[in-house]
Amino acid sequence: MSPTSPTGTRPPMPSTNAPEPRNRGTKIVALQPHVNPIEPTNPPEVCIRCRSLNSWYGDLQALHSVGLDIPKNRVSAFIGPSGCGKSTLLRWFNRMNDTIPSARAEGEITLDGRNLLDPRCDVVDLRRRVGMVFQKPNPFPKSIFDNVAFGPRLHRRYSRLDLESLVEQSLRRAAIWDEVKDRLDQSALGLSGGQQQRLCIARAIAIGPEVLLMDEPCSALDPRSTSAIEDLIRNLRDQYTIVIVTHNMQQAARVSDRTAFFYNGALIESNETDLIFTNPAHRETEDYVSGRFG
Amino acid sequence: MDRAFAIICLGITLIAVLALALLLASILIAGFPGLSWSFIERYASRIPEQAGIKAPLFGSIWVASICAIVALPVGVATAVYLEEFAAKNRFTNFLRINISNLAGVPSIVYGILGLTLFVRMFGLFGPIQNPAFEIGGETFAIYYDSTGEPLRVPVTSRNETPSLTTGSIGYIQDVLDGPDGELIFTNNWVPIPLTIVNVDTEFTPAYGVISAIDVVEPIDYEIQKPWYYVQFPFGQTVLAGGLTLMLVVLPVVIISSQEALRSVPRSLRAGSMAMGATRLQTVFRVTLPASIPMIMTGAILAMSRAIGEAAPILVLGVALFITDVPQSLMDAFTVLPMQIYNWTSRPQEEFRALAATGIIVLLVVLLAFNAIAVLIRQKFSRPLQ
Repeated sequence: MSPTSPTGTRPPMPSTNAPEPRNRGTKIVALQPHVNPIEPTNPPEVCIRCRSLNSWYGDLQALHSVGLDIPKNRVSAFIGPSGCGKSTLLRWFNRMNDTIPSARAEGEITLDGRNLLDPRCDVVDLRRRVGMVFQKPNPFPKSIFDNVAFGPRLHRRYSRLDLESLVEQSLRRAAIWDEVKDRLDQSALGLSGGQQQRLCIARAIAIGPEVLLMDEPCSALDPRSTSAIEDLIRNLRDQYTIVIVTHNMQQAARVSDRTAFFYNGALIESNETDLIFTNPAHRETEDYVSGRFG
Repeated sequence: MDRAFAIICLGITLIAVLALALLLASILIAGFPGLSWSFIERYASRIPEQAGIKAPLFGSIWVASICAIVALPVGVATAVYLEEFAAKNRFTNFLRINISNLAGVPSIVYGILGLTLFVRMFGLFGPIQNPAFEIGGETFAIYYDSTGEPLRVPVTSRNETPSLTTGSIGYIQDVLDGPDGELIFTNNWVPIPLTIVNVDTEFTPAYGVISAIDVVEPIDYEIQKPWYYVQFPFGQTVLAGGLTLMLVVLPVVIISSQEALRSVPRSLRAGSMAMGATRLQTVFRVTLPASIPMIMTGAILAMSRAIGEAAPILVLGVALFITDVPQSLMDAFTVLPMQIYNWTSRPQEEFRALAATGIIVLLVVLLAFNAIAVLIRQKFSRPLQ
C-alpha cells in the first residue's frame, strides 16, 4: 500500500464528466487517472511497451517474443483464435499470472519506464494503476455500494461522504448509476449479467487506474448488454487506456483504435484497426478476419 | 417397477423417522414429569427426589463454550492456511491426509490424549494437587482460632509458612447480625492487623476480634480463584475438558471450513487480487465473508458432537459428585452425558426417570447451541442472499 494518498496530486475533475453532487460540500476524490487526459495526437504516446516477451506455463511456451506498444488513451483490441496467447499477454500487464504457480515470463513490459516483470515491482501498486475486468462478471456477494467501495477501501481510509461521492461517480461513469441508485444497499448478485459487468467496470475504475484490461468482457452477455458495454468502452476511451481481448471481430472493429492479431503465441500483426480489417499485411490475418479459420 | 421402488424407499425412510419418534416419545413420557425448575436448580444427590442437574448443565455450557472459542479460530485459521496460502507439496498433502484421518479417530482416544496433554501435562509440572505454576490466584494460609473461626493470611505459595509479626495483615470473615439475632457469615473477608502475643501471656479476646491463636504451622492452604486463574498442570478442570473436546471437534471444523473455502469461486479471489488486494486482504474481505455460512454449518455439527460426548470426558477422570457450578477455568466439573450415564447405571428406578429428564435438558441445550449458530449464520449471510 502506498503511503501517499492515491488521489492527493490529481487535478480536479473536469465538470463536464461528472456533475458535482448536489447539496454536499465534499471534495471529489479518486476518479481521475494519474495523468491528465490528453488530446489525441499523432502518433499517440505509448502507455505500455512490450519487448521480446516470452512466457511459459510449465514447459509449454505460450508467448513467443512478443513486441507491442499500447497507445495511451486509445482502445487496443487483441484478437486471435483460442489459445493464441492474447489473454496470457493481457494477464501479464497486471501480473495476474502470478496467481498461476507454473506461469513465468522473460522479457520486458514497461509502464512509465519501469519493467513490471521486475521482481521488485510493487504488484499491489501496479494493479491499482492497471485495473481488470474479467470474462464472467464476478461481483462480490456484497451490496452494490460495497462492491464499488471495495477497491478504494483496500488502499486507504475514506470518510463516508467521500466514499459515497466516489461510488456515485464511478457508477455514473460506468453508465449504471440510474439503474442502481435506489438500491445501492442490495446485493449485487440481484443484478442482470450486463449490469453486473458494468458494476465490475465501475468497481475497477473506482480505484482510479490509468489502464483498463478487459478479458472478453462481453462473451457471457446478451447482445443488448454487449452493446451497452461497447458504448461504455467508447466513452471511457478518453480517460483510460483500454486493452480488450475479444473473440468477436465485429466488436474489435466497432470499439478499438488499434488491433493486434495473435496466432500460436506470436504477434502476427498490429496496426490501426481499419487497416487490419481492410488491408491486412499478413495472410493469416486476412484469413482470420475474413472468417476463413478461427 | 418405479412405483414399487419409491414405496420401498418411503418405507425405509419411515423406519428411521418412526424409530426417532418412538425414542423421543418414550423419553418425553419418562422424563417430562420430572422436569421442573427445581430439577435444574439442584445439585447431585444420593436421594433421587433431591437430585438435580445444575452442576452438569453449567459444566456442559462451560466446556462447550471453551471448546467453541478455541476450536473455531484454530480450525478456520488452519483451513485458511491449507486452502489459501500453503503450497501444494508433499508436506501439505501429508497434513491434509492426516487431518482427514484424525476426523475418524474414536473420541475416547482423544480423551487419553487430553488426559496426558492437559490434565497431567506429561507430569512436567509436578502432581495435580501441588502444581508447579499458578497464575492469577491468591494463596492464603489458614489458621483457626480456638472457637474454630478461620483466619486467612496471604502467602506467595502453598509451601510457604508465613512469618507472622504484630502488624501483619490477616483476613477474617465478615459477620452480620441476622434478623433473629443469629450471626450470618458472609463471603466478605475483612483485613485486620494481627497482634502476636506470647501464648503464656494473659489475653482477653474482644468481641469482633479474633481470639488467640497458637502461631505454629498453618492448618491448611486455600486459593482464591478469579475466573482467569490458571495452574499447570490443568488437572481435571473445565479448561482441560474444553480443550479435550476441542481436540475431538477440531478435524471436523477444519475439514468443513476447507470445503467452505473451496466453494468460493476462484473468480472472486481473482477480482479482489486484480484490484490490488493482498492475499490477506482477499481472505478477510472476500473469501471468509463468502464462506462463513458454510463454516458455521460445519461448526454447528461439530459443537453438537462435542456437547453429546461422554467418552473423552470419562477418560479424564472427572469427579461425578460435583456440588458447585464452575466459577473459574480451574474448577472441577461434570457434563450432561456423564450425569445421564451415571443415572442410567444406578439400580433404582427413580434415577432412570431422572436420566430421561436429563436427556430432555441435554436436547434443549443442543438445540439452543444450534439456534445461536443459525442466528450467527443468518446475520452473516444476509447480504449474500
